[in-house]
Amino acid sequence: MMLIQCPWCGKRDENEFVCGGTTHIARPPSAVTDAVWGAYLFFRENPKGVHLERWRHTWGCGQWFNAARHTVTHEILAVYRMSDPVPDLSAGGAAS
Amino acid sequence: MGQKYSAWSLLREGFSGHRHWSPAWRDAAPKPSYDVIIIGGGGHGLATAYYLAKNHKITNVAVIERGWIGGGNTGRNTTVVRSNYLYPESARLYDFSLKLYEGLSQDLNFNIMLSQRGVIRLAHSRHDLDGVSRAANAMRMNGIDADVLTRDQVAAMAPVADFSPDAPYPILGGLLQRRAGTARHDAVAWGYARAASALGVDIVQNCEVRGFVQENGAIVGVETSQGRLRADRVGIAAAGHSSAIASLAGFKLPVTSYALQAMVSEPIKPLLDTVLISPGTGTYVSQSDKGEMVIGAGLDLFPSYAQRGSFAVTQTVLGATLAIFPCLSRLQMLRQWAGIVDVVHDSSPIIGPTPVPGLYINCGWGTGGFKAIPVGGWTLAHALATGKNHELAEAFQLERFNTGRLIDEAAASGIAH
Repeated sequence: MMLIQCPWCGKRDENEFVCGGTTHIARPPSAVTDAVWGAYLFFRENPKGVHLERWRHTWGCGQWFNAARHTVTHEILAVYRMSDPVPDLSAGGAAS
Repeated sequence: MGQKYSAWSLLREGFSGHRHWSPAWRDAAPKPSYDVIIIGGGGHGLATAYYLAKNHKITNVAVIERGWIGGGNTGRNTTVVRSNYLYPESARLYDFSLKLYEGLSQDLNFNIMLSQRGVIRLAHSRHDLDGVSRAANAMRMNGIDADVLTRDQVAAMAPVADFSPDAPYPILGGLLQRRAGTARHDAVAWGYARAASALGVDIVQNCEVRGFVQENGAIVGVETSQGRLRADRVGIAAAGHSSAIASLAGFKLPVTSYALQAMVSEPIKPLLDTVLISPGTGTYVSQSDKGEMVIGAGLDLFPSYAQRGSFAVTQTVLGATLAIFPCLSRLQMLRQWAGIVDVVHDSSPIIGPTPVPGLYINCGWGTGGFKAIPVGGWTLAHALATGKNHELAEAFQLERFNTGRLIDEAAASGIAH
């Protein structure tokens, strides 16, 4: 069971949250090729390691936020707000 | 090698204390060069090698596996085989697989313990009943056996479920595919490995792929933990690790890796001789030949490469299982585990070429790869041997994520995940 740090509510059980998938995906302009649009909609890094992703505290405050989480250890290295830039993760924990 | 399994060979070996069995397959050291290298020694990779040798007479083939064969999802599934899909493309594909399974013990001379005990999808609501009728109609239109069961018919086949008036999830009916059932997962891996090995295929274990050798943009080999191996063509059958292999070749896939968990109980006396799937509550249950209750669960709905599965899902699935089978409340669970599955947005596979010349892939089976092992191997072997897509795989190309021609079985077949 993961304990996830909601930026507003503090640490809560993973059952209270829903993962919204990869974050920081920029929407391309509408006049693009099918390949660019397909890449935007479907193609992902899917890293075995640190993944920047969206979470929502659905059964709590309802707010969305970003997390940097390791997909093997499930360790959460950083939690930050939707409008924040990607935090510097070089300091620790990001073993692959 | 080449020892045929039969009642006679079992009798003969029995009288000599079982001392003279030869190894089922050859644990090979890699050669420097092959016609085809297949990455991934699970069911799909081993089946690909077998059909390359058998159907296409290409025997200078290596299957390279990071761990041991059948140690990934092939050893971690709930052994269910079925073809109750909705769209014609999927129905053709999965039913071809089920038909191959029906003849596989004879074909491989290896008892895969196929048990066509039927799979029943339970309906717990009026909405579920409508879904059952829709699915049954679609299956029959596609020429696949399907029976709509009443509540009493389900009760006759699976009396251990809770049919009392105050059942929390009342069972109102079900969808039965009689030809569906279970097969022994380890036997499928070992049967394919033995048959492929007998035809000359090298099975190389403890051989991790670390990169690709490219010339003029085309793949001409792989860098592995056991050195550089050259190959004219390379196939990937790596399930949840497909993205990691693809990234070594410099392209992305529309795949997200999730942990799918399952668990078994202590063995008990015969209780359930069919497979029950309850999509509404997220559990499916069968009983193994040893007597263990085999319970499958939903995904941990966040990307994961951890082969363990989270307790939150264990809790949910066991709660749901107890709601349907109150009689199991004193049962002790023995083991719980997870496999890493390759989920794509339409829950349909990808079988064919990649953007890199010489490199082919079989992935995207998501939570349903075991049932598809024969057809996954058959169609990937066809692509590797001929350079063309197999007719069954034509609709299941990577390109569909750009054209938008998805085959959305996620919503269509009411599968549990």
